[in-house]
Amino acid sequence: MHYSGLKVITEGLFGNKGWKPVWRNPAPKAQYDAVIIGGGGHGLSTAYYLARNHGLTNVAVLEKGYLGGGNVGRNTTIVRANYFLPGNQEFYSHSLKLWEGLEADLNYNVMHSQRGLINLFHSDAQRDAFARRGNAMISQGDDAELLDREGVRRYLPYLDFEQARFPIHGGLLHRRGGTARHDAVAWGYARAADRRGVDLIQNCEVTGIDIENGKVTGVQTTRGAIRAAKVGMIVAGRSGQVAAMAGMRLPVESHVLQAFVTEGLKPVIDHVVSFGMGHFYISQSDKGGLVFGGDLDFYASYAQRGNLPMVEHVMEAGMTLMPMIGKARVLRSWGGIMDMTPDGSPIIDRTHVEGLYLDCGWNYGGFKAVPASGWCMAHLMATDQSHDFARRFRLDRFATGDLLDEEGTGSQHNLH
Amino acid sequence: MRITCPLCGSRDRREFHYYGGAVYAERPAADAPPEAWDGYLHLRDNPAGETRDLWYHELGCSAWIEVTRNTVTHAVLSARLLAGPERQGRSARSILTKKKPNSGGKGR
Ligand SMILES: Cc1cc2nc3c(=O)[nH]c(=O)nc-3n(C[C@H](O)[C@H](O)[C@H](O)COP(=O)(O)OP(=O)(O)OC[C@H]3O[C@@H](n4cnc5c(N)ncnc54)[C@H](O)[C@@H]3O)c2cc1C
Ligand SMILES: [Zn+2]
Repeated sequence: MHYSGLKVITEGLFGNKGWKPVWRNPAPKAQYDAVIIGGGGHGLSTAYYLARNHGLTNVAVLEKGYLGGGNVGRNTTIVRANYFLPGNQEFYSHSLKLWEGLEADLNYNVMHSQRGLINLFHSDAQRDAFARRGNAMISQGDDAELLDREGVRRYLPYLDFEQARFPIHGGLLHRRGGTARHDAVAWGYARAADRRGVDLIQNCEVTGIDIENGKVTGVQTTRGAIRAAKVGMIVAGRSGQVAAMAGMRLPVESHVLQAFVTEGLKPVIDHVVSFGMGHFYISQSDKGGLVFGGDLDFYASYAQRGNLPMVEHVMEAGMTLMPMIGKARVLRSWGGIMDMTPDGSPIIDRTHVEGLYLDCGWNYGGFKAVPASGWCMAHLMATDQSHDFARRFRLDRFATGDLLDEEGTGSQHNLH
Repeated sequence: MRITCPLCGSRDRREFHYYGGAVYAERPAADAPPEAWDGYLHLRDNPAGETRDLWYHELGCSAWIEVTRNTVTHAVLSARLLAGPERQGRSARSILTKKKPNSGGKGR
């Protein structure tokens, strides 16, 4: 079924009785050309681009829970291309371009909203660093504008400009940055992959990876064995466990990151605002809830929920920056499991096993990467060659020292 | 979450700085092969369940402790001092690297 404005109107006139399930619910076949482990954003986009860009449609996505039940449905939905290091820049720039054409490509409303992202700075040194980052973004072909204090005040009059601890000196405005509806991204890719023949298999946990003579031959699952000559491991926070099935130990430690949403309010925050010095960032969803978060809880965790100290810290930072939000009531908080690499950058690479590929290490920033990660991972699985935009996302870069430390904080899991 | 420091007793998690997996205490010899250093610095078992990791009692007695806890339930099972008092003072300073405020300020 093709979605269109006309379809919405006619369905509205006839009681919305004509809508069909958005994807099939097939039983797993005994064999596929390629199997994707993990039905999150990255697994689904990889499956879609395998079909769309490489004509590989005998593909299954195996998801242990339900599609979109992982981090892709738990994040705070910021989409941006303001990276600094060569290797990251091209990749995220490509991703943002894919976002800009995504709804037409998928025939699905992912509610991509380029409302502008403003990163605040609070000192001369930080301004210089942001000016440099902005120049790097512009040379990459993306957009950036340096705002002074009055420039920020024009857009964000509600900030506390008198605050003494981190006085606001200005901000870096990235107009093409913004948000998207996270669930819709998972659903849109799922539907588009299904329409091209990909089997989406839910409630199907991979429990083993079959390897013979150094080559992958398939996977064991809770719904039986499935043979495949190509297998992609795309399981975000669970990467350590799945890779262990192939005898691998990854440069990944899983941490919990929390987020919060308030009751629905009238439009009050028009942009995405980030306050790095306070570890706080915020935007307002189309339903009106203020969606905000902070830093990791900072210890290894698989709990999908965090502890109270970080809750307190995030609330304090929010109140410091914009005291007006003190009147809003928090409705919910939750956590997701983040696959943290030592340098904070991802991995899209082959493994020591022929036909077995790895896409992981998205840390807390993998939502914006969903389109480009699928694009590059599909390229890798189909051609056995790294895509040029993902050439530095190598698994061996920690051993060789060719790191991608975007924040410049050092190569250790507890520093990002 | 509360952690029981062997010296100070049960304390709020905020008094402690998390360092990483207990493998950090098993530093390879200076002439060990590069693979050993890669394993020590970067590769992790990353278990979902019981794990051992290193914490520094920063706002307490400044001891380094090895905590056994469950990463799925956040239950803290036990804790032991990593080294005797004579090593504590030295090792604390030499291995402590702390996260700086996120000067990039990129948000997510
Ligand atoms: C609170 C929070 C805020 C965030 N904010 C942002 C943001 O603003 N911007 C941004 O860019 N990023 C953000 N992120 C990060 C982003 O959400 C993740 O990096 C990204 O979603 C991870 O990729 P994914 O979507 O494929 O993961 P997931 O959705 O977690 O997908 C992995 C899937 O694998 C499945 N799986 C695991 N093991 C198995 C198995 N054995 N067999 C079968 N299936 C398995 C899981 O069930 C899961 O569905 C945030 C994350 C969190 C938690
Ligand atoms: Zn103590």
